[in-house]
Amino acid sequence: MIQIEDYIPIVGRGTIDELFLLAKRLEGKSIQNINSTAVGGGVAEILTRMLPLIKELGVSARWDVIKGNEKFFQITKKFHNGLHGMPVEISDEEYEIFLSVNKENADELTFGDIVLVHDPQPVALILKREEIGNNWVWRCHIDFSQPDKNIWKFLEQYITRYDSAVFSAPAFARQLPIRQVLISPSIDPLSDKNKDLPESTINSVFERFNIDRGKPIVTQISRFDYLKDPVGVIKAYQLAKKYVDIQLILAGGGATDDPEGPVVMELVQQQAADDKDIHVLFLPNASDIEVNALQRGSTIVLQKSLREGFGLTVSEALWKAKPVIASAVGGIPLQIAHTHSGILTHSIEGTAYWIKQLINDSEQAKQLGINGKAHIQNNFLITRHIKDYLLLFTSLFYNNDIVYF
Amino acid sequence: METFQFYSKLDLTILLGRKAKNVPELLESIKSVPDSSIYYHTHKFLQRHHYLSTAPSNDFAYWTGKILNRSLLGERLSSIDIVQFHSLSELRKQLIEIIESHLQITESDITPCPPGNEFHFMASQVFAFPNNYIASNLSELREHLEHISADAIYHHFFDVKLRSDNDENDFSNWFRKIGKPELAEAVKRLDPYAYSLEGLRKRLIVLVRAYDTN
Repeated sequence: MIQIEDYIPIVGRGTIDELFLLAKRLEGKSIQNINSTAVGGGVAEILTRMLPLIKELGVSARWDVIKGNEKFFQITKKFHNGLHGMPVEISDEEYEIFLSVNKENADELTFGDIVLVHDPQPVALILKREEIGNNWVWRCHIDFSQPDKNIWKFLEQYITRYDSAVFSAPAFARQLPIRQVLISPSIDPLSDKNKDLPESTINSVFERFNIDRGKPIVTQISRFDYLKDPVGVIKAYQLAKKYVDIQLILAGGGATDDPEGPVVMELVQQQAADDKDIHVLFLPNASDIEVNALQRGSTIVLQKSLREGFGLTVSEALWKAKPVIASAVGGIPLQIAHTHSGILTHSIEGTAYWIKQLINDSEQAKQLGINGKAHIQNNFLITRHIKDYLLLFTSLFYNNDIVYF
Repeated sequence: METFQFYSKLDLTILLGRKAKNVPELLESIKSVPDSSIYYHTHKFLQRHHYLSTAPSNDFAYWTGKILNRSLLGERLSSIDIVQFHSLSELRKQLIEIIESHLQITESDITPCPPGNEFHFMASQVFAFPNNYIASNLSELREHLEHISADAIYHHFFDVKLRSDNDENDFSNWFRKIGKPELAEAVKRLDPYAYSLEGLRKRLIVLVRAYDTN
């Protein structure tokens, strides 16, 4: 079991001491996280890592998952796509089903002093506030820069009832009558997905998947989702392969609240069928060591998303000092300063160009990885994330710009 | 002997939901955003990029210079010595003067930034509190300097000038009080833009060691 003090060699004793001092301010308050899936996806992953550490600091924190049927998750997937700018139609009946599932959950749950609701699926739990009071924060993990107007109009009536809304990137902020806070997500440097691995472990994972490490490897690890553009990745690889002899790994899993995953994976397998240098890997949950090894064994890591909440896979790869080529969407520009700590692209052609460039210039690729790791070390590790949450909870009780304890 | 109480200073980033796509819009918001936003885009900028020693000195300089390609304006904004200001209103005034003079020369420069590269206004809510580190002599101070967070170093070095009329950082102030005026001067003369925060930490430790005769 990882303990908070285990992070001292990475972030320093002073940073951990500050977390304990902040946690003391929250004595006597119970903090409750609520989301819609216990496994799969970035939210479940970060809560799994963060909650034990927050508890160890002395804060009373827990995590509840709302219940929903297949129809509910189909509707919330449409919300998800619409909020990311895809054209969707949601009927009045579907809005009603969404609300009734939220109300059923609101009646069954017991709420904490501070309620942190993650993403749109449970957003209408706020209706319970009229009955019980308490402090409520809505935490948005998705790209909110160009939401579908109708879905936004529907959600806005609930979001504006919260005390604060939290976004992952500045571009997601909106004109709202409530306070908005920026909290970037983070990675855990001690997790199975990010900890150092012996070369023998990396080799054994590649052997298990029958991938030859003798030829340069370009990898994208993401959920199989249209918004991660796996087909665009294959096209970029095909363009680059005209000039450099490379392999492509497309690896990922699925979340229980994403019914589209299997459909997208089948499409990718069809596109990749004729090329033995393309490896499509379905990674079940609990494949963290495999993800870690695949990233560490790659020459270049891609994240060619069309939309992105934050894109934690970018931080994961940078932490391993890998050169990363990623789309300039969502929170990715926060993680990569173009040509300093990675490469930002806007098209399939641009991605192909930079694959070719970095394969041919290994010194530039190496320097990008070194700078990228320094940037993640300073800004995107879990200890910074915990600090932000403790500050957020504390801030619910103070209005001043400067607070002296 | 007077002790040195280390403070921690932590910031929560507030999103104001306001953005600018060109220089006049930037100016309009600089005139009206709260002081905590001027603080964020100047002082917090240095903290976010503290692993680089060659970072620009503030967000406004970076955005006008690198995103809008207004190199002269970016250079002038970058040359503002942020940490010498005793109040955010003075700093805001300086920013406004430089941008207004640019707009006079360029006859209202309204060229927009590329879509998606707008300047987003943010602000800091600052939490400051004494931490567990107290030094009663130079040796203890040096030992604590090894452990305190980079944010705490920032607080004692830079933020103090916004809290008082004193021209000195907290360290120099304390060195003078304990009879180490030469060390106080040496630390006062450190150029904060020449170091990353980790570099500044190391330099402070070296200086304290050099003057610690006990």
